[in-house]
Amino acid sequence: MNTSNTSGPAPHDDVLAAVPEADASAIGRLHERLAAAARAEGLLDVAYRTLDTPVGSLLLAATEEGLVRVAYEREDHDAVLARIAAEISPRILAAPARLDAAAREMDEYFAHRREAFDLPLDFRLARGFRRDVLMRLPAIGYGATASYAAVAAAAGSPKAVRAAGTACATNPLPVVVPCHRVVRSDGSVGQYVGGVDAKRALLALEAA
Amino acid sequence: MTLKPFEEVVAEYGPAVLRVCRAVLGPDDAEDAWSETFLSAMRAYPDLRPDSNVEAWLVTIAHRRALDQYRARRRAPVPADEPPEVPVRDPAPDDRDPELWAALAALTLRQRQAIAYHHLAGMPYTEVARLVGGSAAAARRAAADGIKALRTTYPRGADR
Repeated sequence: MNTSNTSGPAPHDDVLAAVPEADASAIGRLHERLAAAARAEGLLDVAYRTLDTPVGSLLLAATEEGLVRVAYEREDHDAVLARIAAEISPRILAAPARLDAAAREMDEYFAHRREAFDLPLDFRLARGFRRDVLMRLPAIGYGATASYAAVAAAAGSPKAVRAAGTACATNPLPVVVPCHRVVRSDGSVGQYVGGVDAKRALLALEAA
Repeated sequence: MTLKPFEEVVAEYGPAVLRVCRAVLGPDDAEDAWSETFLSAMRAYPDLRPDSNVEAWLVTIAHRRALDQYRARRRAPVPADEPPEVPVRDPAPDDRDPELWAALAALTLRQRQAIAYHHLAGMPYTEVARLVGGSAAAARRAAADGIKALRTTYPRGADR
């Protein structure tokens, strides 16, 4: 070993420090290349991106079948991705290309230029009765509202009002599947996965 | 315990694996090796045991992919009067340091591997030996010899 080294750290540090740290541009370029290759080889089970909207940053995630998750910031995007890893697949990358259409339609919706979403949807994160409820929500037209009781009845179980509420509260595709249009029978807004303020904002947008 | 999204693996270990690939292969082939490494890793990822040492797993894959690159490079025709070493070409203005890469390229492959896996990736010599063959003592010696050579051939190291 080199005895002339007088500095504190291990004697190899000086030469190894010269091997450059990976710069952000190289990593960014390599990440993009990885996402493209993974997509081409069918390894990109879930692609995601975030989108800035008037109701905050939304996480958009899609499988090869379609949009699988929309998440509000208050749901904690990292926690949402961790659950997707456990429930769908850990082969997840930030890869915006697959979400181009979803992001564009979202932008149009919030700009008041779109009333209905025309996107392939993957409902695998909702099961059973909850899924039946969600499938019926698009029938509530833009700008209209329906009560939890009416939604339960439409899904074939008029007494399952509470379950209809749970279905809305656990909607994996808020905004796109319009659970914000489901309100309480007394006319009050009710709960919302994105928070009551976001629900009011969406209803106001559609009423304008 | 479940596996994290692969995105987190890329963010956490991508830079270190690139550094390892650069030290073993030089700056030009490193990015191809990195890409092959993470694509292979992503393919195998769902079967990884959640309690695995992810960095060691990635370095093991990078080791194999880098060897593929290195052998492909050596098989490629080279002019007879030039040694078939890691090529150093087109030094870009950013982080390329031609003298460093020339100094690394002058080491043996095993010395570069031992240095990269132990000193850059923090792998113990027993693990390094498992990858490059031979004993842990031989891996330690290869790293020490490589560092010693670098300190005489790489100007910045010799200046200290």
